[in-house]
Amino acid sequence: MNFQLNTQSMREGNVTMGKVAGIVANLVHIEVDGPVHQNEICYIHLGSIRLMAEVIKVQDQFTYAQVFESTRGLRVGAHVEFTGHMLEVTLGPGILSKNYDGLQNDLDRMEAIFLQRGEYTYPLNEDVLWQFTPLAVPGQTVTGGDWLGEVTENWMKHRIMVPFTMTDTYTVKQMVAAGTYRIHDLIATLEDRSGRLSQVTMVQKWPVKIPIRAFREKIRPFRVLETGVRCIDTLNPITEGGTGFIPGPFGCGKTVLQHALSRQAEADMVIVAACGERANEVVEIFKEFPELTDARTGRKLKERTTIIANTSNMPVAAREASVYTAMTIAEYYRCMGHKILLLADSTSRWAQALREMSNRMEELPGPDAFPMDLPAIISNFYARAGYVILNNGITGSITFIGTVSPAGGNLKEPVTESTKKVARSFYALSQQRADSKRYPAIDPIDSYSKYLEYPEVKKYFDENISEEWLDQVTRLKDLLIRGKEAYEQINILGDDGVPMDYHIRYWKSEVIDFIILQQDAFDKVDASTPIERQKYLMEKILNICSMEFTFENFEEVNPYFKRLINVLKQMNYSEFRSDAFNGFEKELDIILSERLN
Amino acid sequence: MEKIAFQKIYTKITRVTKATCTLHAKDVGYEEMAVVGDRLAQVVKIIGDEVTLQVFKGTEGIPTNSEVVFLSRPPMLTVGDELAGRFFNAYGQPIDGGPEIGGEERPIGGPSVNPVKREQPSQLIATGIAGIDLNNTLVTGQKIPFFADPDQPYNQVMAMVALRAEVDKIILGGMGLTHDDYLFYKQVFDNAGALDRIISFVNTTEDPPVERLLVPDMALAAAEYFAADKNEKVLVLLTDMTLYADALSIVSNRMDQIPSKDSMPGSLYSDLAKIYEKAVQFPAGGSITIIAVTTLSGGDITHAIPDNTGYITEGQLFLRRDTDIGKVIVDPFRSLSRLKQLVIGTQTRADHPQVMNTAIRLYADAANARTKLENGFDLTEYDQRTMQFAREYSSTLLAIDINIQITEMLNTAWELFRKYFRREELGIKQELVDKYF
Repeated sequence: MNFQLNTQSMREGNVTMGKVAGIVANLVHIEVDGPVHQNEICYIHLGSIRLMAEVIKVQDQFTYAQVFESTRGLRVGAHVEFTGHMLEVTLGPGILSKNYDGLQNDLDRMEAIFLQRGEYTYPLNEDVLWQFTPLAVPGQTVTGGDWLGEVTENWMKHRIMVPFTMTDTYTVKQMVAAGTYRIHDLIATLEDRSGRLSQVTMVQKWPVKIPIRAFREKIRPFRVLETGVRCIDTLNPITEGGTGFIPGPFGCGKTVLQHALSRQAEADMVIVAACGERANEVVEIFKEFPELTDARTGRKLKERTTIIANTSNMPVAAREASVYTAMTIAEYYRCMGHKILLLADSTSRWAQALREMSNRMEELPGPDAFPMDLPAIISNFYARAGYVILNNGITGSITFIGTVSPAGGNLKEPVTESTKKVARSFYALSQQRADSKRYPAIDPIDSYSKYLEYPEVKKYFDENISEEWLDQVTRLKDLLIRGKEAYEQINILGDDGVPMDYHIRYWKSEVIDFIILQQDAFDKVDASTPIERQKYLMEKILNICSMEFTFENFEEVNPYFKRLINVLKQMNYSEFRSDAFNGFEKELDIILSERLN
Repeated sequence: MEKIAFQKIYTKITRVTKATCTLHAKDVGYEEMAVVGDRLAQVVKIIGDEVTLQVFKGTEGIPTNSEVVFLSRPPMLTVGDELAGRFFNAYGQPIDGGPEIGGEERPIGGPSVNPVKREQPSQLIATGIAGIDLNNTLVTGQKIPFFADPDQPYNQVMAMVALRAEVDKIILGGMGLTHDDYLFYKQVFDNAGALDRIISFVNTTEDPPVERLLVPDMALAAAEYFAADKNEKVLVLLTDMTLYADALSIVSNRMDQIPSKDSMPGSLYSDLAKIYEKAVQFPAGGSITIIAVTTLSGGDITHAIPDNTGYITEGQLFLRRDTDIGKVIVDPFRSLSRLKQLVIGTQTRADHPQVMNTAIRLYADAANARTKLENGFDLTEYDQRTMQFAREYSSTLLAIDINIQITEMLNTAWELFRKYFRREELGIKQELVDKYF
């Protein structure tokens, strides 16, 4: 990474140097000869390679740095140079479709099969010619984040902005004409109030730990983000600019669900931060996304996706950096007026990385040996998502969904509890549902979406789905709860110990479970359900649930509803309104009429 | 032990704990190997000129004036084709009485594979056990543990899987293996006439526990040689990872680290991930598949070791004794192979995914019926049928002594469906029902 490009050093002039004085795993003690900044990046020399590290503590004569690589072979006395910069990402056209590691190294540019220590690659392609169109004119007054021009990246408009570090107001002195330019070519010259000139290219840098605030205001989310997953969209929707989290024990389908969201969600850009998880899962995205087509745009999924991969075997310190890198890239694209979906799998691994470092620094531990400030770190991070109105009135959003891997599947652990305080929708994955292969295993009763209570969201439903929608959602949830109660009664009192009504109530909730909640993520048709079809299903199922069925004895209930569920399932597997679908619908009506008075 | 001339010999140890010793020394590299007296050790901490060494054999009887020599290299393994058929200890030294290995020395615990250079695992590994092939299909490049209680026959099942799997090399990493189990593996491999494709790194219960920490890295360094250099399909067996994690906690405790859940070090997840993530499918065709054993205490999977393992591995296999048929089966409820989606229905017959799910669902219905029965309720006619189905499903498909082809497993499942159920009770896609029912 090159840090001298266009952000200014935190210290003018003097370069601080240091020597390694101690090594404990990836925590290095350094004796320095000048001032250092907290979170400053430094490079430690090890033979011919340089290892990147970040200052995380200063105490008396020692500066403590976490190294983003293995420290094997490092010796006391090794030379350290400080950069005067915090960990920064390089922002410019060409980020889309890239595969980065947690420090924004371009993984595709690394030649060897095995990751080499000290190999850092430039994240953007410096030779590509971009077709640039100016948006600003000389004489215009601008500030950080304002659009100067745009290029087309894949299919998206990539705005070239006044660097976020320039927070004052400036006058556009000069704009280049429309034409093709490389990222480092001069695009505009800006003049500040004292007459000082700054030259702007298509590239800028930003420290990842600091939120980009180059927008007018952040407003409450109001528009539902369609995901095609029925038990999210129908029961507990997430909004554009909203936050959600998915805790669940292993084997409950967290990753399958995240992949479904990354494929289907209605976003302009999807950033997947694979944080401390399995490499093969990332490989799946690498291999499949270039092949899969986005149903909305007809373009390949890879074209709207950027992956930040810090898999579990990659250096632990870079794991923490990876989620910040991902968030900063998301904020950059949000400032262009785009709709970003950011997925982080899993935030628990990031918290564990914090725990490892805190432990090595011998800090007093909080609950479960996590650092005391963990809740604050998590809530600050979630707060970076949101729906914003830019200075030019255009809107952009970051929807953030994180997974949490609670130790032992116990939701009363620090990461889950801290996240629950800040995330507004909660998708609890249930071991019991997963064990009975009821996927996605989102528990319909324990999960919630605070957005259902937002008047803005209610208004959105009224205008875009129907005025009854919210009531229908509540009815659906009530039916599920009543079904569960009936099931418990049947289990306690026995099949013949309860009134017939209990059996019917239970089986009606099973219809909702099998037809709305359960969804086959691997079936071409069933994997994603557009909202229009979800509306159809909601009405169809509520209609069935309000019917009065008559049975002679309880033994008839189970086979009858099984037949019903079977036909409805065949409908879910068929293209909406296709001949096959209509055929099954007719069959359904016949079955229904059998038992109606 | 290896000592090289002209190397500085230190003779003043200033601090000794049960697993580490500390001395003043200069110009020492982190993770460098050293010899303390006649015991191998590794640098785990350097503060100024104070160097802390982890002594693998333990520090019992070490005098403060014992000779300490630094070897200027991390732990290494000599790799070469001669490894095949041999037994080694945790340091990679032969224990079978055979000659030393000649070849290239490589550091163990090397760097990870660049994720974009990985291939997606794609080749099915058939084992003949339906509980695995039908319900939890294994794929090359996968990592999966058996979660088993100590009394279950996991070593036997693992040996069976290893010998039936079509792979070029099998590498056994034994950690805290009882001497009897060590001899069992030796005998089974020998009887199968498979010794020439097997390499073993063994630490038995007789050896010091901290030595175990080297075993997985040794086994995987050998695996990387055959998979990356020779493009071979390698299967690595690691047993028992719980004992490995216990050794980690001993060391972290001696280093005064604050323990997290269940007295395990806070870095347990990363430590285990570094091992399991060595499982890989290389683009040139070679692959490393890891099958491990994590023993549980009373079936408790919320303990930190199985819990962290479950988050790292691509599924887990549970063994259970089915009292109805009196045999050990692969538990269809709790077992899972995450990578099966990559091969089932494509490399196997198209009906595989739905047949698998339906059979398990019906098996779950049977479990519910059984609960009803135990609570003293009458069973419906459907309940009766599911229970009969479950019994036969268990004995003809789930039992670990079954050895048949996958297509035959599917046919058997359809046969059972026909015998006990009506087509609309299956909930399987119409076209498949039409074809196979």
